[in-house]
Amino acid sequence: MGRTLYDKLWDSHLVEEREDGSALIYIDRHLVHEVTSPQAFEGLRLAGRNPWRLASTLAVPDHNVPTEKEERAGGVAGIQDPISRLQVETLDENCDAFGIDEIPINDRRQGIVHVVGPEQGATLPGMTVVCGDSHTSTHGALGALAHGIGTSEVEHVLATQCLVQQKMKNMRVRVDGRLAPGVTAKDLALAIIGEIGTAGGTGYAIEFAGEAVEGLTMEGRMTLCNMSIEAGARMGMIAVDDVTIDYVRGRPMAPKGELWDQAVAAWRDLHSDADAVFDREIVLDAASIAPQVTWGTSPEMVAPVTAHIPDPESMEAGTRRDATTRALHYMGLQGGAAISSIPVDRVFIGSCTNSRIEDLREAAAVMRGRHVAQTVKQALVVPGSGEVKAQAEAEGLHQVFIDAGMEWREPGCSMCLAMNADKLGKGEHCASTSNRNFEGRQGFGGRTHLVSPAMAAAAAAAGHFVDVRTLEPVQEGQA
Amino acid sequence: MRAFTVHQGLVAPMDRANVDTDLIIPKQFLKSIKRSGFGPNAFDELRYLDEGQPGMDNAVRPLNPEFPLNFARYQGASILLARENFGCGSSREHAPWALEDYGFRAIIAPSFADIFYNNCFKNGVLPVVLPAEQVDGLFAAMYAQEGYELKVDLQNQQVVLPGGEALPFDVDSYRRQCLLEGLDDIGVTLKSGDAIRRYEAATAARSPWLFPEVSP
Repeated sequence: MGRTLYDKLWDSHLVEEREDGSALIYIDRHLVHEVTSPQAFEGLRLAGRNPWRLASTLAVPDHNVPTEKEERAGGVAGIQDPISRLQVETLDENCDAFGIDEIPINDRRQGIVHVVGPEQGATLPGMTVVCGDSHTSTHGALGALAHGIGTSEVEHVLATQCLVQQKMKNMRVRVDGRLAPGVTAKDLALAIIGEIGTAGGTGYAIEFAGEAVEGLTMEGRMTLCNMSIEAGARMGMIAVDDVTIDYVRGRPMAPKGELWDQAVAAWRDLHSDADAVFDREIVLDAASIAPQVTWGTSPEMVAPVTAHIPDPESMEAGTRRDATTRALHYMGLQGGAAISSIPVDRVFIGSCTNSRIEDLREAAAVMRGRHVAQTVKQALVVPGSGEVKAQAEAEGLHQVFIDAGMEWREPGCSMCLAMNADKLGKGEHCASTSNRNFEGRQGFGGRTHLVSPAMAAAAAAAGHFVDVRTLEPVQEGQA
Repeated sequence: MRAFTVHQGLVAPMDRANVDTDLIIPKQFLKSIKRSGFGPNAFDELRYLDEGQPGMDNAVRPLNPEFPLNFARYQGASILLARENFGCGSSREHAPWALEDYGFRAIIAPSFADIFYNNCFKNGVLPVVLPAEQVDGLFAAMYAQEGYELKVDLQNQQVVLPGGEALPFDVDSYRRQCLLEGLDDIGVTLKSGDAIRRYEAATAARSPWLFPEVSP
């Protein structure tokens, strides 16, 4: 019987199978950031242990770093919030003490760990990749086995280079046909979550496949795999093809010369065999997917921008109706209202889901010649890394955003989870390109609507959600 | 890690589906570099009426009188009864740290998010999966009777009701053994050090680009 991509990645990293059904899996790449690592390093110290293999580990601060230019200019010492500063300092100290490679706060390569990994070639096809962050699923886009872990497992990987795992079941999400113009990988991710629910992938490793997935760029694939966890799956992955190889070629940490040829030959096998069997398969039609907007407090509470908010009155009694009622109360919305009627107070373009150069190009294409609506209090554009920022500036995208009345920031996680100063006020609605619309996620009492970068930009210009496909082109020089 | 064998305790409700880790412990508390002290901020946004920040005196903050964990009858609870997909969202281990620090030793739900489920075992908190109908039954029984207690028995893999009825549950044997014995699982893995080194040598030969530090 043929093997799935997940089966192949699992098999090639199996150190030991145990009688109790667990397995020891080798980890090739361990990414570390400041929030989930301090207790792991402390654990190593208390037990008198050292990292097993330093070269596998790469650290970068991202969650807590300020994104305002002035505050950022002061480096770690300039971080105003003393608790955030201590956490970033602690990462620096731990990396120094244990000899771990770290990209420091104001290095040009610094950024969100899931943007930095692929960008630097630190994550490669066929690798096992872990990080103390659930959006590690992002790296599966390269044909890697990548998932988030807790702090105890961060310590476990540091100390042993392995994890004790139980094998997941295989699920394939096949998306037939092509996405329509104006519909992006983000809309696809949200549509899939809307289809299978936030627990639909629990217990599974998801492989995304089909014409629409093959048609995505590498960055689009990262956006899709990034949100696997929002469908309940720790890991999402996509087979290696020319798009993958072309993306990896020439990256700073990618293999070179003879090693490159050897690696590419091996990577060509990183796809599910034709006769591989999946425990579950979901099929979607790409052409039927419209730009998506979440209206509730879970990513599965999502609807096309052309639709209306579900009305709990018309639902049967049960946990779904209770959850809808509670979510609409929190969101300050009425069941049955048009999605396009939802006003937007703030806009956030960024996060490990949507802060890469293509995301910024999409948003800039909408904002060019437009201006942020007067009713919108703030629109942030936060590039995913220093490299993305430099590229955007070389293309003049930053000027488009600034001319439109948006704020052009320094790289970091920023308002995705509001651990730094960037956050929503109570009751404010945000058009956000991030990945979670949980209660309080972007600030106490804040109301998050997940959308694509183009849809976020369109909402910024209109002051409410609007179907980006229906925007009239703007003439040059007209605002 | 603290071992878990059998625990009997008061049951409290978290009666909503998809409770995410942001709800269990909001992000502002993740700035701590410690592993303990998260209990007073477990479910912070539901539990208090004001916005919580690290360093606040939680004892003087206004409690939300509508949040069940604030009810007198649930004080001292050590078993949390929850709904499907409990612990979804981020991988933050601060979530089980907060629940453990609050005093919960076991969580019973129809389903858990994968990463959270795994994180619980590392911290002496036992997540128990029971069929949805049985969880419905437990909610009804708990609401009907103040002081409702359950016994969670990991050794025999069952939840024992006050009347003596036992509900069996599954748990994989590796995690069960680690929790029963309170094992340091890093120590267990390090016993396989030779196998890890053999794997590394074989992989470095077969896929040298994965070991640039030893490659020519």
